[in-house]
Amino acid sequence: MNIINKYPKAFQWSFLLLVFFGLCFAIDVPENYKFIRAQAEHTKFDGQTEFNFIGITVRYIEYNFLWRIPPLFGWLPIWVNDGMFFLLNDWLPIEFWDADVEKYKTRPLVLQITRVISASILFLIEFIREILIGGLKTVVALTSWDWIDENPWAELPGIPWTIVTAGTVILSYKLSGKALAIFSFITMVYISVFGQWEPSMQTLSFILVAAPVSFILGLSLGILAYKSKSVEKSLYPILLVMQTMPQYAVLVPAMVLFGIGDHSAAIITIVVATPPMILLTLLGLRGVSPEVIEAGKMSGCNNFQLLFNVLIPTARRDILIGVNQVIMVCLSMAVIAAFIGAKGLGWNLLLALNRLNIGLALEAGICISLIAVLLDKMSLAWANKQTDYFGNLTFFERHKYGLFFIGAALIGLILTYIGSLYFKEGYNYLSEVPHNKGISTAEFWNRGVDWIWDTFFYPLKIFNTWLIQDVLQPMRAAYLRMPVVATFVLVMGAGYIIGGIRSALIVGGLTLFIALSPWWDRALVTAYMATFGVIISSIIGITVGTLCAQNKYSAKFILAICDIFQTFPSFVYLIPVMMLFGVTDTSVLIAVVVYATIPATRYTVEGLRSIPPAIHDAGSMSGVNSLQRIFTIDFPLAFPHIMLGINQTVVFALFMVIIGAFIGTEDLGQYILKALSDLKGGGKGLILGICVAFIGLVADNLIRTWAEKRKKELGYAD
Amino acid sequence: MEDKDMKNKDTVIKCDSVYKIFGPNAEKMLEQNSGHVDPKVFQKKGCIVGVNNASFEVGKGERLVVMGLSGSGKSTLLRCISRLTEATAGKIYIDGQDLLALKGKEIIELRRSKMGMVFQSFALLPHKTVLENIAFPLQIKGIKTSESIDKALEMVKLVGLEGRENYFPRELSGGQQQRVGIARSLAVEPDIWFLDEPFSALDPLIRKEMQDEFLRLQSSLKKTIMFVTHDFDEALKLADRIAIMKDGIIEQLDSPANIVLNPATEYVKKFTQEVPREKVLKIESVMDERNDEKNLSDFTVSKDAIIETVAEKILGQEKSVAVIDDNNNAVGIINSEKIIRILFGKNKSE
Repeated sequence: MNIINKYPKAFQWSFLLLVFFGLCFAIDVPENYKFIRAQAEHTKFDGQTEFNFIGITVRYIEYNFLWRIPPLFGWLPIWVNDGMFFLLNDWLPIEFWDADVEKYKTRPLVLQITRVISASILFLIEFIREILIGGLKTVVALTSWDWIDENPWAELPGIPWTIVTAGTVILSYKLSGKALAIFSFITMVYISVFGQWEPSMQTLSFILVAAPVSFILGLSLGILAYKSKSVEKSLYPILLVMQTMPQYAVLVPAMVLFGIGDHSAAIITIVVATPPMILLTLLGLRGVSPEVIEAGKMSGCNNFQLLFNVLIPTARRDILIGVNQVIMVCLSMAVIAAFIGAKGLGWNLLLALNRLNIGLALEAGICISLIAVLLDKMSLAWANKQTDYFGNLTFFERHKYGLFFIGAALIGLILTYIGSLYFKEGYNYLSEVPHNKGISTAEFWNRGVDWIWDTFFYPLKIFNTWLIQDVLQPMRAAYLRMPVVATFVLVMGAGYIIGGIRSALIVGGLTLFIALSPWWDRALVTAYMATFGVIISSIIGITVGTLCAQNKYSAKFILAICDIFQTFPSFVYLIPVMMLFGVTDTSVLIAVVVYATIPATRYTVEGLRSIPPAIHDAGSMSGVNSLQRIFTIDFPLAFPHIMLGINQTVVFALFMVIIGAFIGTEDLGQYILKALSDLKGGGKGLILGICVAFIGLVADNLIRTWAEKRKKELGYAD
Repeated sequence: MEDKDMKNKDTVIKCDSVYKIFGPNAEKMLEQNSGHVDPKVFQKKGCIVGVNNASFEVGKGERLVVMGLSGSGKSTLLRCISRLTEATAGKIYIDGQDLLALKGKEIIELRRSKMGMVFQSFALLPHKTVLENIAFPLQIKGIKTSESIDKALEMVKLVGLEGRENYFPRELSGGQQQRVGIARSLAVEPDIWFLDEPFSALDPLIRKEMQDEFLRLQSSLKKTIMFVTHDFDEALKLADRIAIMKDGIIEQLDSPANIVLNPATEYVKKFTQEVPREKVLKIESVMDERNDEKNLSDFTVSKDAIIETVAEKILGQEKSVAVIDDNNNAVGIINSEKIIRILFGKNKSE
């Protein structure tokens, strides 16, 4: 009794585990249970039960209720899909004027709206794209094909890469100075010399549409949420789900609504990139001190001035992090969006990965990262720019950058002209280095991969086999062996111990949704892979983080490394692991571990570094040695922050597990990938995505509740 | 005596039974209790009393210091008068104009032309330089950039920040930041100057420096001032009159001398007990009000002089000293015996 009173939490936890394992052992595996491989839900065979719901028949194998809950939500994906089709094709037909055929047409409202959105976004993308690499569509859109035939001069080529490079370098110099200018020069020359110009500009053109739109949308919604409690309340759950939903899953419904192509890719990117922008805007605006707002009011600001001259600039730090997030998401979506037909680097990367041409994939991946970093730095510099009121500048000084650019453009044109004389046959390299005609190091990398394969084949294979047979398979089997009741006891019990009845109900509800969907087994596989990834990542991340946090320089160094790794689009991580382990679960899990270690490390370093030095001094004066300090002072104090890092790790790991479907897994991600090529996959993709999001949210709720409670106990403000 | 002075001046700010009660049903509660507010009763219903029945006037060019500990409602009172928060009940007049009846645009207009405010945490805009911060209210008003910059440069000179025009707030010390805050609040040349614990976040030495700076500025600017502080010494040093607040109620509103001599409540007494009276009182408040004595020293003192500043001189005189007013008319006498009693007398309640 004494022990129970002394450690009530420990007792509760051990009691919970006892019940959990008791249930696991008490409930036998039904004889007819087997893990269904491939997509067997639609095949009819003996022993299936079926039920009818609003005209939708769902077939399933019935088990003991304690073992697996029947998929009572099995109708939901079909219903969502039918609903979407109904909205798109049958609901509320309206008449509208079709300019192409010059008469009125009838079309359902939603279809018309999506077509208008698609068309306008596509127009913007084409417009930017044609400025950068030439083309006709914009001119045609504004005039007509006949007009082009009559006026062939309008068929201008794209701007030569020399001029774009010069422009970027001059702009970087103006915005920030020498360092950024050099970086942008290297980036642009790399892109050009390696023959990635055309795909890069294609990617850039759709990012230059998606990023500003996401920024403006996110900022305005963030402001609305700041102004109105009810907007915030209605946005918040959507934002939460969107943050944990794998980007893959959004692709499918978008494909149904907007079709395939660059516009669809841009729209999906906007949908994915807006939520973090909203959250960070809200965070920033909330953080503005009330006195600054009062100072603005006392300076005589009206609401508009208060918003744009006081609130937004003061919240700039968080809003800029939002911009950074938007750009990063845009570029990581560049690859994912390639699944629904976005042209450019992502498309090339996917193709290369498909052909297992690691070298080519790497080159495209580096291009994406370089563009991401460049855009990020430039937007940052732009936001930090200052005005000089004292400059009594001459005309030349005031316009020197513009003049420089005109000069550079002239030189570029002359070079292009010379080029056209010099490279008489074939390509004018001074105008544009065509794709696959530049330098390529792909051979080198591929040979490197081959060499690694040849040299380390046996050790790698032994490791691979060991991991799969002795670790992964048993772990997976253990997860699948878990009766559904035991899972509920574990999850809700943890919720109850950590956050009381409210938490228990929330996580229970989220889990119930997954249990009622037809994909409980898949979700268990996803959970097993994510758990494995999270455990390994946390161990590595916390260890590395702790070691590096011991001194200022190594801490800075490791944070910089984290920054760099985070700019890589997630697909890039698949490249090296596929090099080493081929198409196996090991590859996916190693990619997961590498990717998910980033937040674990970052938050550990941040948490440990933010401990007040006075506490360290107090510790030293009490005579602790450095090991004692780490375990008695550092860890307990930094643990809440580290746990928030683990929370991020969970989200990162889930994302990567889902992306791993590309390599070949048997979890929810694989089904999402399949839904992509399924005509009626829209609803399925969405519900699958929500299932993944809910797994993430269960972990999120538990960890966040715990961390916040702990922070309050430690007396940290907020 | 103070009242007589007051009548000569125009009233700029007038508060009449101002209440500020935070909470969902504040207005209803106030109506039900017909203006009688018991904080404990209100708190049970989820209402927190900020300002409780405050009535006072501030004359033109007067420095009213509102003094109270944290949670006494002094900042809330100030915010009611600047309409940063809405008073729950009562009337507030600015230059005879009913403040609470003003609509959004009018209140903005009033702030742009008549009011300036300095904040405890400086509340500078972190993305603007010193110059831009100071020019901010002018630019908000719609004044041309070049003009507002000229005016801002003038203000920079006024608060002695020359050479730091292009610094960002984060690059300045606390004292310098508050100079920027002061310059910004004065940029539109307001009549009314609100200061909300402006020097509380500063080091003691800097604080003294800034207090002197404040007195220097006011001696030439002659603004109507409401100054909020939790520091009684600061209040004594800067005030024409002091309002001492506790739990939203103004416990006493009087000149520093009267507060020290005649604390109205036990609470006020706690502050005044330790105050050396010679540092606060003017000769006027301790002199003998007669001018019949003929045997006087050649030396005279002004009735407005603080005792401490002239004590040594008076002690050096063998005869009694005449006290004179602004027009050099004798209004009373004082002798060294009285000064000694004030300086060393044990019984301070007298």
